[in-house]
Amino acid sequence: MQIYLPIAEMSVNLFLLLAMGGGVGFLSGLFGVGGGFLLTPLMIFIGIPPAVAVATVANQFLASSVSGVLAHWRRGNVDVKMGLVLMAGGLVGSGLGTWVFKILRSLGQIDLAISLSYVLFLGTVGGLMLTESLSAMRRSRKPVPVSRPSPGPDHHESWIHRLPLKMRFRKSRLYISALLPLAVGMAVGILAAIMGVGGGFVMVPAMIYLLGMPTQVVVGTSLFQIIFVTANTTFLQSTFNQTVDVVLALLLLPGAVIGAQYGARFGSRLKAEQLRVLLALLVLGVCLKMAFDLVTRPDDLYLLAGGMR
Amino acid sequence: MADWLRPARLLLALLLGLVTLPLAADAASGPREQPLVADLSKHLVAITTGFSGSDVLLFGATDGPGDIILVVRGPVTQQIIRRKGKVGGLMWVNQDYVTVENAPSFYHVASTRPLEDLVGPATLDRHQIGMTHLDLEIGDLTLGETEAEFKSALFRLKEEQGLYSYAPGAITQLANRLFRSELHFPSNVPTGTYLVEVYLVRDNDVVNAEITPLIVGKAGFGADLYLFAHEHAAWYGVGAILLAVAAGWTAGALFRRS
Repeated sequence: MQIYLPIAEMSVNLFLLLAMGGGVGFLSGLFGVGGGFLLTPLMIFIGIPPAVAVATVANQFLASSVSGVLAHWRRGNVDVKMGLVLMAGGLVGSGLGTWVFKILRSLGQIDLAISLSYVLFLGTVGGLMLTESLSAMRRSRKPVPVSRPSPGPDHHESWIHRLPLKMRFRKSRLYISALLPLAVGMAVGILAAIMGVGGGFVMVPAMIYLLGMPTQVVVGTSLFQIIFVTANTTFLQSTFNQTVDVVLALLLLPGAVIGAQYGARFGSRLKAEQLRVLLALLVLGVCLKMAFDLVTRPDDLYLLAGGMR
Repeated sequence: MADWLRPARLLLALLLGLVTLPLAADAASGPREQPLVADLSKHLVAITTGFSGSDVLLFGATDGPGDIILVVRGPVTQQIIRRKGKVGGLMWVNQDYVTVENAPSFYHVASTRPLEDLVGPATLDRHQIGMTHLDLEIGDLTLGETEAEFKSALFRLKEEQGLYSYAPGAITQLANRLFRSELHFPSNVPTGTYLVEVYLVRDNDVVNAEITPLIVGKAGFGADLYLFAHEHAAWYGVGAILLAVAAGWTAGALFRRS
């Protein structure tokens, strides 16, 4: 059954959209990442104009993050204070990122910048996560008592603990400088704006390894933070580019929400290390695909762009 | 019907008034029978929510034997064609590009016989019949590529999108008088005012032509939404946020009960 998308100006199969939403939703429920690094390329692959895909993904994530946060909220897995600090950084970062995006586009190399940042960040994050979680799995098999699963901040406690503006984050059981989550939020915001993703795949590991947050709180808090960043993106994209297709976003939603619920249920049966290994493999897979596309000769050297009416 | 269609309808009525444009030199022959008449089964292709492409029938009659050429042109757009090149012996990156200022957004040619059997290249150039005879304004080339390479890439990519096509023999004739041809518009058809041109060819020359307008426009809910998104962009953004929050909340609440 075909349905016409008024902003994307094309028809797509309704069931294809439902299935895409469901698949990405399942993964996002499982790992607590938005899945933008999967959904955006998928949408472009089925022919949706990249500008519309990037903007609509933000709107769709807003909806699925709201429903995701509700589930985590009921289980008490949202650190609101941490989320708000991350959000403040995120809003500044996405503003900066939009500005950088504009400069890169005027240089005519935004495609390359997007591909390279996908390869670079997915590769780094995926690689780090894979090695860490594999060694964590090995450790957990031996009967050695592990006091804390994420040794991240302990290494550089010295200077990190000297930073000003210390804040107590009760839910995360942390007493750290607010500058740290602010910086994380800002860096992720910049990346998110350039790569057209929610930034969960960078945010989640950053929260675990850089901030040292407990894994159970990470997913809910990152979703909470993503609500505000995606709302901001939706508004900016609608206002300046008219590229948010609400029909497309709403059609992706049912699959995404249902998929996310099953993903979350399935995820609660797995161990945290196992989840991280799976996410790492997924992230590395997308990274390798991007790198492969960058270095192999494309089928068609030419492509059409523009087409302003 | 949506407000925006009103000016389009005016234009349509106006154009229908001057539908017959005899091009041949013998146009002054007075009350003689028209050598060529043609019309479309509909003059408006409405893109509604369930739109998945549309077919329009072109039909007409001639006053005697002759070949028919049909050209459908969509509104003119600016088009950038990029070409990838290898950088640093490793990555394929967009390198050269050209800008075409006046590429038709849709272009379809059909005829009773292959074009080269009907008229000479000069005539095809004059009427811009056939992709290679389009008079495209091409901007400066950035590197050593030839214009022809970029042009053929444009035609190939547009054909892949189903927006450019050439169908020799796709016009059927009956008793040397009546003719008909099916026009297909795919679901990604650009909106705007199209021109459907019908040429009558005799003895290797165009002896008569007729132009009929065709409007391709969004209608119903989709049209209203598109208009709202463009004219009240900030409110559309606020609406999109509220809608997403409400939908997400509803979905989350529904799942809690089950």
